[in-house]
Amino acid sequence: MGERLAVRKTYKLYIDGGFPRSESGRTFPVVSDDGSEVVHISRASRKDLRMAVRAARAALAGWKGRSGYNRGQVLYRIAEMVEDRAATFAAQLELGGSSAEDARGEVGEAIDLLIWYAGWCDKYMQVVGNMNPVAGPFFNISVPEPVGVVGVIAPSAPVLRGLVAGLAPVVSSGNTAVVVASPAQPMIAITLAEALATADVPAGVVNILTGFPEELAPWLAGHMDVNGVDFSGVHPEGISDLEEAASHNLKRTGRWEGSDANLYRISAFTEIKTVWHPKGR
Amino acid sequence: MGVDDTLAPRPDAGLPMWEYQESRENPDLAEVRDRSGLWINGEETEPLSGKWFSTIEPATEGHLSMVAEAGPADVDRAVGAARDAAAEWAGLPPIERAKSLFRIARLIQERSRELAVLDTRDGGKPIREARDTDLPLVAAHFFYHAGWADKLEYAFPGAAPRPLGVVGQVIPWNFPLLMAAWKVAPALATGNTVVLKPAETTPLSALRLAEIAAEAGLPPGVLNVIPGAGETGAELVGHPGVDKVAFTGSTQVGKEIRRRLAGSGKALTLELGGKGAHLVFEDAPLDQAVEGVVNGIFFNQGQVCCAGSRLLVQESIASEFVDRLRRRLSTLRVGDPLDKNTDIGAINSAAQLRRITELVESGQEEGALIYQPPCDLPERGFWFPPTLFTDVSQSHRIAREEIFGPVLSILTFRTPDEAVERANNTPYGLASGVWTSKGSRILWMADRLAAGVVWANTYNKFDPASPFGGVKESGFGREGGRHGLAAYLRGVG
Amino acid sequence: MVEERVAALSTRSIKREAKMWALRAAISMTDLTTLEGMDTRDKVRQLCHKAIRPDPTDFSIPPVAAVCVYPNLVGAAAEVVGGSAVKVAAVSTYFPSGQAPLDLKIAETTQVVADGADEVDMVIDRGAFLAGDYVKVFAEVAAVREAAGDACLKVILETGELGSYDNVRRASTLAMAAGADFIKTSTGKVSPAATLPVTLVMLESIRDFYRNTGRAVGMKPAGGISSAKQAIRWLVLLNETLGLEWMTPQRFRFGASSLLNDLLMQIRWLGTERYQSPDYFTRA
Repeated sequence: MGERLAVRKTYKLYIDGGFPRSESGRTFPVVSDDGSEVVHISRASRKDLRMAVRAARAALAGWKGRSGYNRGQVLYRIAEMVEDRAATFAAQLELGGSSAEDARGEVGEAIDLLIWYAGWCDKYMQVVGNMNPVAGPFFNISVPEPVGVVGVIAPSAPVLRGLVAGLAPVVSSGNTAVVVASPAQPMIAITLAEALATADVPAGVVNILTGFPEELAPWLAGHMDVNGVDFSGVHPEGISDLEEAASHNLKRTGRWEGSDANLYRISAFTEIKTVWHPKGR
Repeated sequence: MGVDDTLAPRPDAGLPMWEYQESRENPDLAEVRDRSGLWINGEETEPLSGKWFSTIEPATEGHLSMVAEAGPADVDRAVGAARDAAAEWAGLPPIERAKSLFRIARLIQERSRELAVLDTRDGGKPIREARDTDLPLVAAHFFYHAGWADKLEYAFPGAAPRPLGVVGQVIPWNFPLLMAAWKVAPALATGNTVVLKPAETTPLSALRLAEIAAEAGLPPGVLNVIPGAGETGAELVGHPGVDKVAFTGSTQVGKEIRRRLAGSGKALTLELGGKGAHLVFEDAPLDQAVEGVVNGIFFNQGQVCCAGSRLLVQESIASEFVDRLRRRLSTLRVGDPLDKNTDIGAINSAAQLRRITELVESGQEEGALIYQPPCDLPERGFWFPPTLFTDVSQSHRIAREEIFGPVLSILTFRTPDEAVERANNTPYGLASGVWTSKGSRILWMADRLAAGVVWANTYNKFDPASPFGGVKESGFGREGGRHGLAAYLRGVG
Repeated sequence: MVEERVAALSTRSIKREAKMWALRAAISMTDLTTLEGMDTRDKVRQLCHKAIRPDPTDFSIPPVAAVCVYPNLVGAAAEVVGGSAVKVAAVSTYFPSGQAPLDLKIAETTQVVADGADEVDMVIDRGAFLAGDYVKVFAEVAAVREAAGDACLKVILETGELGSYDNVRRASTLAMAAGADFIKTSTGKVSPAATLPVTLVMLESIRDFYRNTGRAVGMKPAGGISSAKQAIRWLVLLNETLGLEWMTPQRFRFGASSLLNDLLMQIRWLGTERYQSPDYFTRA
């Protein structure tokens, strides 16, 4: 008997809770670091991006309407699902050139980062919002609210931790996300999508597109129904054109070096709403 | 004998009418010089541009002062002065910065009558508003932010905030000194140095503020004021020595600035236009709602970015409410801004008056019904009577575009869901008002209205402790409160 | 918003002729009042003479609208003011508490009218009102209205005991519907007495009642209005809420005692540009 032929996974996009191929039918090959394996990854088109934004918009009201407690549970569940796939993630990171130790380390850090943001879901309003002591007989409160649909251009390294560092703060406050994964190790993003799909994340809350950011990012930055973009994965030379594209509807934008736990990555994609009401008999 | 129970007309018609006599604030309380130079590096200076422009009194069209126009070399000089001052200012013990701002606040309080007259003459706003709203808030802004200067590490948990450096600020003409205070006070409290460009129609009070700051002991170069028009503003925001830009003005210019700064790495906050929805439910206290609506659209002649310019009334009370509104409009006193009894003053400029007139004409052409109470407008100066439009539909220009004048467009709704849908059906999102007696509905509405500020059973309330700013195309960033500090600090966003 | 509107109107600057007009109007709208346990016939007679001729050195000063006294002093007042333009107003219905059976209130009202009162200032039963027994409140006002006959009926709401603006508005409407010719803020025995915000709410109720029924009801703030400056604020509020149609003693009164001399002092100051001393003005 010869060795059993393994069944290989087809890597597809993650849009509206499902795993479609690109409507364009395009793929691009990714070769593992040691050259032993070739994977064909879906290459998302601008139409796929449009579908992803539509799904994210449709999911927004439901997701931001959930309690922080509930969102925290969902994020925690994502961490459970990633932990469950820890070996898969580590193996994929190793295919990308990480040492076994580094790969295990990054998976653990990514999971811990998810837990960190999961805990913020029902607390960041308390820390970021406050009562304002105005000089008059008024109740006056400022609370952060999600901006809406947020695009995330994920960095190429550290690929898993970078993905989580972009995605988790965005959705923790109730935004929905359209993530453009780095083309360097796009399998990681799709494996993460599989974790999300089994983690009670409602359809459309997170959408993940693989392909070429230089092709997709301008459409994302220019999309009039996208409210914010995290440009962390954008090369400095590309930032100018994208910020210009983002100016048409005045998107909230940000760019972070590194993937540390950061409360202010949550507040960057929230809007402070201030409500006044008089006090009286 | 009981009183006459059938006649509304006064029974003793022999008594004369009661007319309030003009009670004019003394215009000479504010010294206006023939020439007003640039304020750079702690002193008044001639413009290298060699250019001067006239600032006029919109109520009379009379000339007030020749004002220096900052050209590229002047902008460069001002930014250079701010940059030279930056390290020392940021390095001061924070309590010293705090004391500087406290002193400025006190001097403003002491000179508030003068400053109110200056803004009223240069900008056309009623002295009652300049005196009772603008100036108290100006002083309060400095006072409030002064106290933050040495407490920034308490404002942002887990962060170590640092100043951004040199801040370029461009402000509008509707609240000349108040907008300067909104910009300058937080920027200085957080350890930045400032180059401020006031609007070309209202430069005088910002220049006076620079003098006051110097009198208070603010080091040279920490606050520079350079009047000019759009080109000066563009020069300032594009200057490579500027680390952060803060702009208040139109959405169109805000977008241009955003484009201009793309890829520059400069921090940016924008406080832009609006088309505020003011919602009145059938269970609202109607007389109070009328007051709120009147204040919402006629405060400062409606030249307010957060003006409640779209009134959405529940259909069941619409005709009753509009009747009350009309009656109330007839009591508004339009005229000389320096008269202490004036409710509605002059429009800021001929250009603004043209824009208001053009949009009102479009409203009539598109079929909306106009109502203006009879009022005698002065012959000279820029005036527009308080105006209501009924029979307005969501697709009319007067329901979509910011008019920035005393013009209210009235629409109706039937259910809370429809109210939210109509209120949010705009690219803007600065402020909204809602009037209802039902507490749960207020909170439900407040959650759903796409606006940075929601005034429930009140309108047009401002306080230095309360963050102000918009969502969507009304801009980003907040001014005021703890949240406003973030606009001027690194590491908290 | 009520307080804000009042605050805005309180900054109206009334000067020169406009001020003189207001001061004289305020005198003609005053119900010159004495309601003390120590009141005597002689005290009331003094007050009445002051009412007819507020400033003995200036005959151009108009008389006040009325004198307002306790029931047993109505006769003493009527003796002096009878034949003059000054009316006699009597507080009634077991002022100030109103805690008495209705038939006693009716009897008291009948008596004061018989003794010569042109006007009756009654109190509502605040206990019944706060207990939600609006029918009783209405019925009492209606019964006293009938007992008062042709006399002008002013209904005191005692707003300082009503607890909220909503209640002030409700009580105003109730009193007007039951037949009040005037609604009045206070007895002067409860603090707070007349305030501008409460007056604004009552004026708005009067306006709405007029729009709904065509009947014009008057307004009387009473208690705590002691300076000319305050009085002018009330007149501005009246002018900008109900308009000139209400700027008459037939539709607006001040219930006051020390206000009168301050009005007189202000008039003389305007005429002479010398600050005045109370020694030059008679005290009743």
